[in-house]
Amino acid sequence: MALLCLIAVLGGPYLTDIATEAMIYTVMAVGISIFMANSGIVSFGHVTFALVGAYASAWQTCCAGMRGVFMPGLPQFLLDSKTPVLLAALVASLLASVVALVSGAAIMRLTGAAASIALLSLLFIVKTIYENWDSVTAGQSSLVGLPLYVDMWTAFGFASAAIVIAQVYNASSFGLLLRATREDEAAARASGVNIWRQRLIAFVISAFVTGAGGVLYGHYLGTLAVNVFWLDMTFVTLAMVVVGGMRSLTGAVVGAFAVTGLRQTLLALERGVDLGGVSISLPSGAQEIALAVILLLILTFRPQGLVGDNEMTWFGGARDSS
Amino acid sequence: MNIVQLLVDAASLGSQYALVALGIGLVFGVMRMINFAHGDLIMIGAYALVVPTAADLAAPLIGAWPFPLLIAGILCVVTLVALATERFAFRALRKRGADGSTLLISSFAVSYLIQSLVLFIHTGRPKSVSIFGALTQQVTIHGVRVGLVDIVTIIVTILLLLGLSLYLRRSRAGIEIRAAAEDFTMARMLGVRADRAIALAFGLSGILAAAVSLLYVAKTGVLDFRMGVPLAIAGFVGTVIGGMGSLPGAVLGGFSLGAASMLLQALLPAELRPARDAFVYGLVIVVLLFRPQGLFVTGNAGERI
Repeated sequence: MALLCLIAVLGGPYLTDIATEAMIYTVMAVGISIFMANSGIVSFGHVTFALVGAYASAWQTCCAGMRGVFMPGLPQFLLDSKTPVLLAALVASLLASVVALVSGAAIMRLTGAAASIALLSLLFIVKTIYENWDSVTAGQSSLVGLPLYVDMWTAFGFASAAIVIAQVYNASSFGLLLRATREDEAAARASGVNIWRQRLIAFVISAFVTGAGGVLYGHYLGTLAVNVFWLDMTFVTLAMVVVGGMRSLTGAVVGAFAVTGLRQTLLALERGVDLGGVSISLPSGAQEIALAVILLLILTFRPQGLVGDNEMTWFGGARDSS
Repeated sequence: MNIVQLLVDAASLGSQYALVALGIGLVFGVMRMINFAHGDLIMIGAYALVVPTAADLAAPLIGAWPFPLLIAGILCVVTLVALATERFAFRALRKRGADGSTLLISSFAVSYLIQSLVLFIHTGRPKSVSIFGALTQQVTIHGVRVGLVDIVTIIVTILLLLGLSLYLRRSRAGIEIRAAAEDFTMARMLGVRADRAIALAFGLSGILAAAVSLLYVAKTGVLDFRMGVPLAIAGFVGTVIGGMGSLPGAVLGGFSLGAASMLLQALLPAELRPARDAFVYGLVIVVLLFRPQGLFVTGNAGERI
């Protein structure tokens, strides 16, 4: 918080932008982490919920009088709606949860790698539908003119809310039961835990938070295109969760900031920097390659991530979260 | 569309997916890791056909060689890349006792790395290349016109499956791979060398990936740095619906998926056809709802404790 104030006062627009982006990704990473950290299942599909959330918010708030032109297929009540942006964000995130409830009811029956793959195919399904559903998503072209209400403080508010939701869930009996299934599926089942149900609960909550992240993303950039919500975003958000620490909420937050900082640094280097009169610039595309290599190195040499299993508490100091 | 034509198309796409699923299944068997980078091996095989350059027009490199050399060249390139990913990315992880999710994410990272490298070298613009020009013609069998490349795909797949199953059943190395897939720790205690069995599985999956690259490019003639992704997803899903860890299951799963896609393509009304994949994978999720352990698995599918 203090850091943010400092950025707001001193940082100028560039740092403010980076901080905003980092916090939008924090919301998504926290959303993914609610499911991944507690269930131990790697999710390649959470970007689905960012996609659903972002478009659902656009349906309610986008582009003033142009909505009917971009998205003629929307039902009348949506074409007319003048929903306030925050209410729209809430409704959009709830829609993401509904998608998670319906799809999760099937996918959460799978375990391990099979579940990860099924989650990826969920993303593939939803992306294909949105790409071809021209009348409500503008298909393969972009939507422009989303209200730009996301600044650093909005993002901070959302990120804080996301962290609170995650902490409440982690501290709840649901969180504890799900972590039990993560540690030993057979033992948890033998103790009477309904694995499917516990996973589904976490999945729905995490979809809500990730959906909110997608909403922010759309209203931060002001434009939306379906193909943004595909492997690149999956990779970046997953990298955040892994770099920070796959099994910890603090890890997701730390990872979101670390990876955003790293990407922005590399992007700045791609644009070129002046060092003592000599301009140095990385070739474009170096950012993706460097990020992949760093992720591989972290997985090999510090697979528990930057913070490991530790959680930060509100009062400082760390405790073990297992 | 004629029914025979449709069946040939369905069998052709099914064969392609079966080969992808088998390649993924082989590695999964010995390592319990879904290899995300398998699709990118296919992509590498296709890009190896042309000169690496950022220019728009791709001059053929290996693609211009006479066809036995061409096939051998692509097989070598893809197998070497497959072995390299194993040696430099996955082996270190395995030696450190990485768990399943770490391996899964690292293979995703390898896949992303390969895609970024190809994007870096070749740019993201799709390129075209034509190989085996003779295959693009149609042949008429009993008055039905079918693509020659589809027939060849089916035949090559059958030959590869026969060859591979002979190799896995009869040769010492093949039996070691199957033993390692059955119970890795036990196989090691009985003298199977882990590194070798795993490298061999990667090598075989590389050969299968190379075959898919050639068949795919012969049919479409298009190169794109993301071309491996839908194929890989089809392969993953094939192994999942076939029952993870079962090689015949992977083949049948992949084949059913491809055949179902083609049939849906023919049966869906025209305006829904672009979203065909959504229907196919939606169907898959419904199938998994009823048989989460996979379609073609019986008996000891659950994880051993």
